[in-house]
Amino acid sequence: MAKAANIKTLKIDGRDVSARQNETILEVARENGIFIPTLCTLKGLSNVGACRLCLVEVKGTARLQPACVTRVEEAMEVTTNSERLQGYRRAILELLFTERNHVCAVCVSNGHCELQSLAQKLEITHVHFAYRYPEAEVDASHERFIVDHNRCILCTRCVRVCEEIEGAHTWDVMGRGIDAKVITDLNEPWGSSQTCTGCGKCVHVCPTGALSEKGKSVAEMLKRRQFLPYLTQMREEDRS
Amino acid sequence: MSPEELDQIAETERQAQLGFKHRVNVCVAAGCVSCQSEGVKQAIEKDVARRGMGADCEVKGVGCMGLCAQGPLVSTSAGVLYQKVAIEDAPAVVESLLAGPDPRLLCKTDVPFFQAQKKIVLENCGVIDPERIEDYIAAGGYTALMRALGELTAAQVIEEVTKSGLRGRGGAGYPTGLKWSTVSKAVGERKYVICNADEGDPGAFMDRSVLESDPHRVLEGMLIAAYAVGASEGYIYVRAEYPLAIKRLRIAIRHAERFGLLGNYISASRLSFHVDLRLGAGAFVCGEETALISSIEGKRGSPRPRPPYPAQEGLFGEPTLINNVETFANIAPIIRNGGEWYAQIGTEKSKGTKVFALAGSVTNTGLVEVPMGVTLRQIVYEMGGGPPEGRQFKAVQTGGPSGGCIPADFLDMPVDYENLAKVGSIMGSGGMIVMDETSCMVDVAKFFMDFCASESCGKCVPCRVGTYHMHRILDAITERTATAQDLAQLQELCDLLKNTSLCGLGQSAPNPVLSTLRYFESEYQAHIEQHVCPAGVCGKLEEALHG
Amino acid sequence: MGAVAVLELPKTPHPSDDKRWRLVDTTMRRLGNQQRGLIEALHTVQEAFGYLDVEALRYVASSLRVPLSRAYGVATFYHFFTLKPAGEHTCVVCMGTACYIKGALQLVSAMKQDLGVTPGQTTADGKVSLLTARCLGSCGLAPAVVYDHEVAGKVTPAALRDRLAKWNSHVS
Repeated sequence: MAKAANIKTLKIDGRDVSARQNETILEVARENGIFIPTLCTLKGLSNVGACRLCLVEVKGTARLQPACVTRVEEAMEVTTNSERLQGYRRAILELLFTERNHVCAVCVSNGHCELQSLAQKLEITHVHFAYRYPEAEVDASHERFIVDHNRCILCTRCVRVCEEIEGAHTWDVMGRGIDAKVITDLNEPWGSSQTCTGCGKCVHVCPTGALSEKGKSVAEMLKRRQFLPYLTQMREEDRS
Repeated sequence: MSPEELDQIAETERQAQLGFKHRVNVCVAAGCVSCQSEGVKQAIEKDVARRGMGADCEVKGVGCMGLCAQGPLVSTSAGVLYQKVAIEDAPAVVESLLAGPDPRLLCKTDVPFFQAQKKIVLENCGVIDPERIEDYIAAGGYTALMRALGELTAAQVIEEVTKSGLRGRGGAGYPTGLKWSTVSKAVGERKYVICNADEGDPGAFMDRSVLESDPHRVLEGMLIAAYAVGASEGYIYVRAEYPLAIKRLRIAIRHAERFGLLGNYISASRLSFHVDLRLGAGAFVCGEETALISSIEGKRGSPRPRPPYPAQEGLFGEPTLINNVETFANIAPIIRNGGEWYAQIGTEKSKGTKVFALAGSVTNTGLVEVPMGVTLRQIVYEMGGGPPEGRQFKAVQTGGPSGGCIPADFLDMPVDYENLAKVGSIMGSGGMIVMDETSCMVDVAKFFMDFCASESCGKCVPCRVGTYHMHRILDAITERTATAQDLAQLQELCDLLKNTSLCGLGQSAPNPVLSTLRYFESEYQAHIEQHVCPAGVCGKLEEALHG
Repeated sequence: MGAVAVLELPKTPHPSDDKRWRLVDTTMRRLGNQQRGLIEALHTVQEAFGYLDVEALRYVASSLRVPLSRAYGVATFYHFFTLKPAGEHTCVVCMGTACYIKGALQLVSAMKQDLGVTPGQTTADGKVSLLTARCLGSCGLAPAVVYDHEVAGKVTPAALRDRLAKWNSHVS
């Protein structure tokens, strides 16, 4: 096939951009400095399209499309930031804030939290849905890490990095609906997990303060996820 | 098995049946079984034996005869139908074969409930023994498969299905021919055909009845589909809550294998097809195609974004055709009689018949199969007999948790996919629940929202958290503590879920709220402004579940 | 699925010498001892033992090489599976639409009044478990209840109470 056929041109927010075929709208937008909010997606991990923050309008399609999994098409016209989309994104973020107990002031990730920074970026000043205030547990049984379910947004990055990159599959999701929860092994204390390698990747991909390192004080918990694209690339080269 | 052998089996079976002077058919589908119809059958057999009529009279267990409310149902070769037959009535039933109909047990059949039906999907239900393949074959079973394999190319089969205008009976109404054509063109190492028998819609029991009454019909439809799209393996994903359907499907598969109708090189053609069952485990979301596939793969039934569609990347990553039970049950008659024959039935855009499960506040509860385009009034009043004496019709709910409540104003609307969508409901799988003045529409909306919240898989944020909040607000309204602001939030959430949820469950979860708000807004207002429940339902039994 | 060299792992020993584990083995073998057989295997465990406990999950997961957390995730995703043993008798009240509008809630209320159990609970003496079902498909017979394995239609609170009394009078 001719090389030219592998390049698509499209419009994002009125700008002409070009893309390699098989790229997603999100990838192309980011290459071009166009901001689309995301929480569940993370470069280097598979995409699940679960947080719904990256929904965009595609001309000629009635339904909103998740930018993280929608492939570009020739002559596509994408709108990433209409008022309608902004409204939905704020509502979705608000729902996340009501779901568990996100008290930024006392959170280890205060200042380094993706949920918090997105809320600031989208100018969420108050939450108009009622808070649930569920009783969520904190598991500090692991010698180096803590899982605080109060801060978990169920993005499943930890589940994916553990399965796809580390290959341990210590994490998964149990239950369903509002009762869903990330677990280690058979819903056992993390510290007694027989499968956890203690690699800490889950901690570093976690967008909030749900997974953190012990001994870090509030606002100290910086996440380092530079490792991820490299690891993914090496795995892929290994396979081919 | 060759077509000639099939004919021979049919002929032998028909001769054997002609050898009996009398026949008594006892319904042994789940509805009647739960009224002890198996005991009735045994009692009749015993009485026949006692009278020494064993050689003259065949006593047969058959599938659903439709009028479930009057079970156990028994029909005889004298052309009469008996209702509410008790074990003690067995001698009277047998006696009536010789002495003429027993008026005490008689169920009138010259009424619209039976007369207004057009049976295609249900043609064998209540007639054949679902546990004997020979009976199905004698009724013309598997001739459509033979015709497809012997006379038609795969492309011609798809053409017939396309011509028929058949649309998916699971809910959304996607054109079946188009789906088949897409899967047939998809490239893969192997292809799969899946029958979705995970009838999770509360208030729908059509698929269960078909599986219990005529399981081979579904297998034949799947076989024809497999031939058309080039599939070699099939799965029937059936609810674990339907033990009788599972048992009969297992028997049907075993018989079909023994007769060479499932297996390798069926009827010396290039079709090899194997079918296995997979049991659902109580997750409504598994009606969604990608969730169903994930469940067959042994995983959590969480949907994933589409595309890729299952037609391209489905089960184990291979091209997969998924249709529901009723869709497959329509296939054999379409191939037997031609797509044009089928397309003559129904309305312009909705062809054929639809089976509805009529329940709730209606005199004749049960299953009816009617041509598309009959009116709601015909179904609810003429066939169903309307609400019981003294009760007032309020709404009819179609489409389950993804559908809506339709008020009396639309009773004269012809039922088809488009019209139901226009009034804010959906065809869904065919549940039809009639409600009267004793039902509070806010309570009904809450009932469905409770369902959606507890069936949400939890993967996407709008559905996981949004259904929780919607249920909470509806709960507050029924408690009569909600404010106008709450109502505005409820509406905001309806819009959010509809437009941002990942799969059909979340996208359609607002429908019961939207439709009740549209037609019964005054009931919401009464709860909020006057703090009263006009139907007198709310607040009475709350403590039962939540207290 | 291409031909993948499967790591030869030692066979997982049965959690106990209960013969019912062989039924579970049969199901797993029938599905090629592959990960995809997880749900079917859990069905067999539940049918044989009445519920899924941690030992059973560990055994099935290990035999099928399914990660433990995934097995637990699957077992808790599907409402048909239960991780607690049921009472001697089970009473499943159908909460489908037709049953709901025909008074299923009154049946649940009667159970609560008489036995003090809400859906999902078992009486303190382990005699009766109250469960609810989403829809039994017996809508024509609403409201429907399943007593142990037998479906009963058009159930009234009085009929329900009769049955409960019968269960309670048989001391086993």
